[in-house]
Parts: sequence; C-alpha cells; structure tokens
Amino acid sequence: MKKSRYINGIGAVTAQGIWRTDFFTESQPLQQAVNAAQQPSYRELISPAMARRMSRGIKMGIYAAQQALDEAQIDIPDAIITGTGLGCSEDSEKFLRNILDNDEEFLTPTAFIQSTHNTVAAQIALRLGCKGYNFTYVNRSVSFESALLDASMQLQDAEATDILVGGVDEVSDHTFRLLQLVGHIKPSDVHETIHDSNSPGANYAESATFFTLSQQKTAYSYCEVQDINLQNKLSQGDLAAFTKEFLERNGLHAGDIDALVLGYNGDKEFDGWYDIFECIFPSIPSIYYKHLIGQCDTSSAFAVATAAKLIREQIIPAIIQRNQVTLDRPLRNVLLYNQFRGEDHSLVLLRSC
Amino acid sequence: MAVAGVAITGIGIISSIGKTIEESQHALLSGTHGISRIKNVETKQKERIWVGEIKYSNTELADLLHLPAGHNYTRTAMLGCYAAKAAVDALGGCDMGAYKTGLISSTSVGGMDYTERYFYDYLENPALYPYITTHDAGDSSHKIADYLGIQGLVTTISTACSSAANAIMMGARLIKSGRLDRVVVGGTDALSKFTINGFKTLMILTDELCQPFDQNRKGLNLGEAAAYLVLESEDVVQREHRKPLAYLTGYGNANDAFHQTASSEDGEGAFLAMRKALTVADLAPSDIDYVNAHGTATPNNDLSEGRALQRIFSANMPLFSSTKAFTGHTLAAAAAIEAVFCVLALQKQIIFPNLNFKTQMEELDFSPQTEVCQASLTNVLSNSFGFGGNCSSLIFSKA
Amino acid sequence: MAELKEELKGKIIEVLNLEDIAVADIADSDPLFGEGLGLDSIDALELIVLMDKEYGIKLSDPKQGKSIFQSIDTMAAYIAENRTK
Repeated sequence: MKKSRYINGIGAVTAQGIWRTDFFTESQPLQQAVNAAQQPSYRELISPAMARRMSRGIKMGIYAAQQALDEAQIDIPDAIITGTGLGCSEDSEKFLRNILDNDEEFLTPTAFIQSTHNTVAAQIALRLGCKGYNFTYVNRSVSFESALLDASMQLQDAEATDILVGGVDEVSDHTFRLLQLVGHIKPSDVHETIHDSNSPGANYAESATFFTLSQQKTAYSYCEVQDINLQNKLSQGDLAAFTKEFLERNGLHAGDIDALVLGYNGDKEFDGWYDIFECIFPSIPSIYYKHLIGQCDTSSAFAVATAAKLIREQIIPAIIQRNQVTLDRPLRNVLLYNQFRGEDHSLVLLRSC
Repeated sequence: MAVAGVAITGIGIISSIGKTIEESQHALLSGTHGISRIKNVETKQKERIWVGEIKYSNTELADLLHLPAGHNYTRTAMLGCYAAKAAVDALGGCDMGAYKTGLISSTSVGGMDYTERYFYDYLENPALYPYITTHDAGDSSHKIADYLGIQGLVTTISTACSSAANAIMMGARLIKSGRLDRVVVGGTDALSKFTINGFKTLMILTDELCQPFDQNRKGLNLGEAAAYLVLESEDVVQREHRKPLAYLTGYGNANDAFHQTASSEDGEGAFLAMRKALTVADLAPSDIDYVNAHGTATPNNDLSEGRALQRIFSANMPLFSSTKAFTGHTLAAAAAIEAVFCVLALQKQIIFPNLNFKTQMEELDFSPQTEVCQASLTNVLSNSFGFGGNCSSLIFSKA
Repeated sequence: MAELKEELKGKIIEVLNLEDIAVADIADSDPLFGEGLGLDSIDALELIVLMDKEYGIKLSDPKQGKSIFQSIDTMAAYIAENRTK
C-alpha cells in the first residue's frame, strides 16, 4: 500500500524575509541583478560558538529548516534531504582565494570544511542530533526537486514517516560576477522586474526553503505531494507530451489542473518555455514567484511553498498571479513547472487534502 | 539468502591503477599500487604528498573520448564520461532510449579543477567563458548524460566521500520503485589544488604511502577516479537475456551527527549504516564474507570504523581490507570504484589485499587481509564515509 | 610577555571569529579548550596555522597542540621560546 505525503510545515528565508502569514501582501518585486536575502536574527537558534563558522547559506538553511519542523511540530525528522545548486559558494570562494592569493601557504581548514556541498544538511543533523538518512542533491535547477523526489519515495514506501526536505543557495561575489559574464544573471546596471523584462538573464537572489513532509495528515497539513518528474533534456515540441504523460500516470487530464505555478525568471531567451507550457492547459490561473524571491538553482522550492499556501488558503494574491483568469473553482490540483535555460525540467503535482 | 536485489549488468572504471576492468584487476591481483608524485596539477605540495593520479593529461583524455576541439569538459567530466561509457559498452550495443534510463552521478569537486585555474583570468579573458558554467557539481553529470545519450532522470549527489555510495543507493531505489528500468550510477572526482590543500589544512595527508588499519598510520593519500555501474530491473534483465555480474542487495545511510569532519569514537554512524544495509538485504552479520572498508588510513577514520565493525561483527569479523592503498582516497568516486572491486571480488571469488599494513591497531582485535586470497564469497559489504557525518554501506551479492 | 599575551588574545579572537568575546574576557590561565573558551579540534588546526604565520613556528603533528594550547600562558611561553619571527 503506497502511503501519502503531506506538507505539514514550511520555512523560508528569502529576499522578502522569512516565511510568514502575510508573506505575499508585504512583498515587492525585485529589480536588482543580484539580491541578498533579508536575514532574520539567528541568535535564538544558533549559538555564537557555532555561528562564527557559518556562512549565510548555512544559517538560512538552519533557520528555514527549524521553521518547517516547528510548524509541523516535529522535533527530529527521520531523514534530512537537501538540494543546492552551488553549495556553500561563499566558503568555496574564500578557500580558493586563500589558495590563490597566498600561493598555497598559511591555509586554514574552516572554509574548506564548510565548503562541502552537504554542509547545510550535515549542520542541521548535527544541531538536531538526527542520525537518520542525510542526502544532498546538487544538480542545478533540479537539485531541490531531486531531494523532493527522494523524500517522496521514502514516505511512499514507508521507509520514513517524517522527512525534512529543502533547498538552499547563497550569493557569493565572484561566482555571481562570473554568472553575469556568461549572461545567466542580468548586468548590474539593468533594473528590470520579470514583468517588464526585455533582456536575457535573470535577477538572482539567495534563498532557503524547507518543508516537513509526513505520512500523516494533521490539522496543519497544507496539501499532498502527488508526484514529481525530472528530465535533463527536452525539446519544446516534446513538452506537451512530457506533461501529458505525467498527468496520465496520475489519472489526470489537462482540464483537471486548477492552477499553474511557473518558474518565469525574466530571461527573455528562455521564458518562452512557460508560454508553451501554459498553452497545454485551458484558461486557468497562472502564478509566478521568482519576481519576488529571485532566481537561484533552488528557488523552485519556493514554488512548492507558494502552491501549498494557495491550496490551503484557496486565495491567489494578485501580486503572484501572472494572467487575468479568475479562479472560479476550488484549487484542488496545482501543477508546478520549472526549467533553467531550457534544461533540467521538473514537474511537481500538489493536491489539496 | 539475501533478498533478490537489483542486478548490476555493467561496470566501468578509470583510476590510477588502470583505465579498464582488466588493468584494474591485474593491478589488484599483483599488488601494484597507483600511488606516485603528482604531475598534472601545479601545486606547491607536490614534493610533500603522494597521490593516486591518472597519468593522462586533459588533452590525452579528450582524445580518448574523441571530444571536438573547443569542448568545455572538465577533468572530472572527462573521467566520468570515460568510465560511464565503459560501463554502458559492457552491455554490448545498448539503445539508451529503449527503456526508462536515468543517471545518478556524484562528485565532490565538480569543475573546481578549471575554476581554480581560471578563477581570476575569467574576468579578463572571454575565450575562457565556456568553462565558467562547468564549475557546478551538476555539470559533469550533464556531460556524462549527453555523452551516453541519456534523456530522462539525471541528477547528482554530493555528500563528500560517501557520494557514490549514495548515488548507487538512490539508483537502486529508483529501479525498485519502478520509476526507472535502467540507471547508470557512480561517481567522478579529479585531483585539484582545492582538495589537496583542503585535506592538508586538516592535517590528515601523509607524506608516505598510506597504511590503512595500521597502528602507525599517518593519514591518507588522495586520488582521482571515476567508476560507474549499470543497474537494471529484473524485467530488462530477462528481456535482454543479461547475465548479471552481481546484485546490489543492501544499502543504508546514516548520520554520525557528531562533528563536521571527524567521526565519533564508537563509529555510531558507520554502525547504523551497516545495520540498515543488513536489514535491507535481510542478512545477518554472519552472512557477510568480506568487507571492503572505507579505511582511509587517517588515525580517526580507521579507529572509528574499526570500532563500528567490531560492534557489528563482534568476535566473528569477516575477512576485510581497504583498497585505498592501491588507488588513494578518490573522494566522491571512492564508493564507486570500490563497488566495482566488490563486483570483481564476487565474480572471481578473490579478496584483494590491504597494502602497506604492518602492525595491528592496539584498539582492535583484528587485522586486514594483506595477501590476495581465494575465498568463498556470497555477500560482501562496502563502507564509505564522508564529511558531515555521512555514513553509507552497500551490500553486493553473488549473481 | 604581558604584551605578547594581549596580542595573542586579539589574534585568537580574530582568526577564530569569536564575535562575542573581548580581550579582557580571556584570563591568561583560562583553559582554551573544553570548559573555558570552548574551542574544538578545528580551532586547534586554526591555531597551528596562526603559530606558523605569525611566529614562524611549525607544528607538524596536531597532537603537539594539546599541551601548547592549554591556555594563553602555555601558548605565550611556547611562542617566546620557539618563535622565529
């Protein structure tokens, strides 16, 4: 008997601050090429002795993870699974600079230790004393979705009952400057929102988004995670068939989907994928979120948070709706689609519970 | 008897002891290690360390792979492509589109070998830009998938030195759950100045040949390698009339939750990982005939792992060895090359030796196998542990 | 010696990023590890580099640190005796 997977807790640290009830009403579209997250105070969560070695990404991850656990009232999950595209970029850069600038002399271990991709998952485990399964996926824009797939399989097969799953990526100077050079990030002197974007590249921002996924439905359950699919390569012509096959294996048709949450990031060269995707469906509300929290490899984790909140509240705030279609029925099935520069496509299906 | 497990139908490997299965096997049987001074990486540490380096330059690797001029394959990607292609070729003419096929790769350094070379030069030289996007860990997986012609579920795991074990584990679970019919799993890591200096700051590199499980061990030798396995569902095995090389029957991952880099004294994480793997395989400790230990030869790892082995096997410690003295510690690739060694051990009914061992550790009641020996092997267990307390165990069973 | 000890405290606070601690908070005889300042094995490695970089003292075995890094007193005494810069 396959078990269900419920989202029972959410936490996030983003460019719009932390995850909270009025998150969308207080948000403003980003206009900078590179955006830092609004940092909460970490004092109550992380002792100064631990915090002194942690870059922002690690702290953000710990904070978002704890928010997600608290909301679900889980002390120690059975497993911790994270996704990150660039890992602990700041410490990697710091250690590399030390090597290059000091000609391999007088190097200290802290930045190297913290630069490992699985540092966030490991630090969360260390802090919670969680000896369970601990994985980190690092595959560009499906890093988080890989983690979600793993968690989902474990819950479905009853290998675990409560899993902490999340995505985190931090901004670091040099790496992001290089991403600007190759056009992934808009130039610093371009100030466009996704809505009025006319240029290639995206506005980037760091973020951490975590979830407690459980077999058990509770009074706080947001929704159910129905299915996930990942695909490294796809042609635009195959997108409809890819989506249809996914819906069919879940016993659904395009007409059964009540809203879409799409990864539009303002890159004029690649946002066309989402336009094509929208055309697969009849006229339904289309939602976007990266204009608020920015692009990073794991920002699509926030799509899950957004959809979960919409399903629970059955309201679509105007700031995140992309088209003009009025919601005329209960939000039951919400489909999420994300890709980055035409690669690493993911579909996530969430259902009300 | 173990549970049915997932069939391993292809293996491919490149490391400092050989670029084919045959070369690797020959080195293992003749006790020929691949540890030398470093040649391909410009580093101040070159006279202070010994490494398991693959003696092909990047140009030679690109030629072996027939890459076009102007390619942007990092060394990590090239090693990965080479070993993964060998694993798939072992199937003999295989249409990647015929079944739901995926790739679960792993790496710890990713494209750091080029990032450290061009880090500042990138700002000045647009000709180097193609390498900017090879920095992330996912790049090598994309390159491997393209090289093999895999379109489907492609992802990457990075949990430091246990990475490939976790890629193998996830691959097996995807087959078991029916999400994939076939999956290429493994890991790749090239030597880089970044990791060499990183391990040096931790003061766990020895300036001699490493001595796993020796009382006087002084630390590890780093290495580079890639290895991949093809896992296929029972359905594919039957339809394609495959003869599985071995089965992956058990797997487990646990976290030591003790320290960011060091292992706990009692090896709790390692103990939990081995226990989980035994449970998944439905085997008792007494069913394990050989253990390919993580055995990095650092004072901390070998003590912690030794204690965990003692806790699992009590007085009935099976034959065991660490093959790190042959290859060096190849980080994210380590569990994959050792998985290949385990498959070879099962196929040949042979145990590969633990080189450079002289004196038994005073804390342990047992010593590793130091000579090649014939043994009746049905189930073998392989350990891999990484930073962040990441502990993984895999169990392979005879086909 | 008093000057060296003050300098050492400042440097330790800086390299170990001990944000909440001031030079005045560290007594010369306070244990640096465990109870006291609460440093750990990673800090010990950082201190080994500090010894090399600032005072030209090379420690090749992390175990040597145990006796040298007991307190500011022991550290300063070792530095005074062995420094090459």
